Amino acid sequence: MKNVLTIAMREFKVYFSSPIAYIVLAMFAAIFGYFFSTGLAYFAQFSAQAAMQGGGMGMPPLNINQFVVAPSLGNMTIVLLFLTPMITMRLFAEEKRSGTIELLLTSPVKDYEIIAGKWLGAMLLFCAMLLVAAANLSILFFYTTPDWRPMLVALLGLVLMGGAMIAAGAFLSTLTKNQIVAGALTFGFLLLLWVLNWATSFSNSTLSEICEFLALSPHFEQFSKGVIELKDVAYYVSAIALGLFLSKRSLESLRWRA
Amino acid sequence: MIKVEGVTKRYGPATAVKNVSFNVERGEIVGFLGPNGAGKTTTMRILTGFLPPTEGTAAVGGYDVQKDPIEVKKRIGYLPETPPLYPEMEVVDYLRFVARLKGIEAGVIERRIDSAIERTAVGGVKDKLIGKLSKGYRQRVGLAQALIHGPDVLVLDEPTSGLDPKQIIEVRELIRSLAGEHTIILSTHILSEVSSTCGRVIIINEGRIEANDTPQNLTAQLQGAQALQLEIDGPEDEVLRRLRDVPGVNAVSCENGGGRLICRVEAEKDADIPRRLAETVVNLGWGLYAMQSLGLSLEDIFLKLTAHDEAPAGGEAAAEPETAEPAAAPAGEESE
Repeated sequence: MKNVLTIAMREFKVYFSSPIAYIVLAMFAAIFGYFFSTGLAYFAQFSAQAAMQGGGMGMPPLNINQFVVAPSLGNMTIVLLFLTPMITMRLFAEEKRSGTIELLLTSPVKDYEIIAGKWLGAMLLFCAMLLVAAANLSILFFYTTPDWRPMLVALLGLVLMGGAMIAAGAFLSTLTKNQIVAGALTFGFLLLLWVLNWATSFSNSTLSEICEFLALSPHFEQFSKGVIELKDVAYYVSAIALGLFLSKRSLESLRWRA
Repeated sequence: MIKVEGVTKRYGPATAVKNVSFNVERGEIVGFLGPNGAGKTTTMRILTGFLPPTEGTAAVGGYDVQKDPIEVKKRIGYLPETPPLYPEMEVVDYLRFVARLKGIEAGVIERRIDSAIERTAVGGVKDKLIGKLSKGYRQRVGLAQALIHGPDVLVLDEPTSGLDPKQIIEVRELIRSLAGEHTIILSTHILSEVSSTCGRVIIINEGRIEANDTPQNLTAQLQGAQALQLEIDGPEDEVLRRLRDVPGVNAVSCENGGGRLICRVEAEKDADIPRRLAETVVNLGWGLYAMQSLGLSLEDIFLKLTAHDEAPAGGEAAAEPETAEPAAAPAGEESE
């Protein structure tokens, strides 16, 4: 565990001693800020109208969780699709190119500790992005009383989804010495997983059901509504496990092929 | 300390190392000598647990490299050919990271870092980014990384490659100063490095060990022979023929240098040879302008052992005709 943390902390710090962390965080902050503020402005206008027209008609007030928080976090999943490859592409490809992988593989550290450390380091940066989102959301508490529990669940969903995307990216990064290749593969793969369920809207075959289940985004829907479903958690956790397992296998094969 | 038995490494159809066996005792400095692509790096990678051998076993400090990789790795400090440095880290941060990775206890980490910095004289750059260091300093930081956990064995892959002459001397001195408390294996394709730093030489070529002995003994193997250089004014064919006829002479080669013949004579170890050569030349009425003893070097041994067409793997190097070309120092910096 100590080794995992050592590697994870180095990874995390390296993001900040290169431009990567700043670019990723800034992009996330700008885009999330845009979605969130426009969503909020629209909500304010809409609820004012509703109050004027339907005041006293027994209508429940508009739910800010449902109208602002869920959609803006839902939109961010697409942004994360773009940002995750930037975080993961260097994880192994860079070490393979510069030869520093030899240091890791000849240190008294187990392969799974290297993988877990790398994954955790990337996860820390990912969580830093979510902190930006959380900071935005916390503004709501000054003006109204949103329900914090679904927010937390949605953020948990994002963490789980990010974990799966990062595990996939880490694996793809072990396959090549070239960061661009690793990044492109990751983006392509994630995008494919993303749109996998689009085909299902036209048919009811078994294949389309499988696609529906394998796709990345549908599993987030329940989270964004504040519902934790076992099948969604299981999906993300097993995706993380699969990605890390494949990374470990790939790292082992480095020893045989190198 | 190190025991390698029958190690073979194949990459697909290509065999990088063939049935290599050797032992290294505690405190020795052993030089791996061989041309590029001879299998030095592969052998070292097997020792450090970076690569598994296809066949055979390797053990460090009694621990098998494959069965107890963690124990072996704790005992080895490894400097690969390209030092494994993270350019975006500062030297001290990097060493701290390596120290943690090598499992040094938290309480002594700072002390170990300080001592590694002191040993390798990188104190002046310890707060700099590694990416901004010169090649010589990077090599030193690489060394500091290798010895930070006080390993029993240091494995250094071409520690002086790519350095300028002054840095080469500094790094060699550093390596010599590390002897005694560490067992050191270093690889090189520069011969003078071996004779100046190593107590033993393992010459490796095309994946096989061609010789394994002290530099002195290897040179002495050749000292059944001696080499002389003569500067003669005379007809080339005649000179060649007459010199070869001198009893005890094994090989002669001449080339034209400034109107005179520069002849290299390889002969048996016999104190009379120079006199006989001089008599022959003078009696025939040619001018003898210079004669000097060349003393066969490790380079000659190396070239003989690694020559392709004539490979008497045992190292019977004394009486080989027509290998009289003065050996050009393979001082190249190219990497594999």
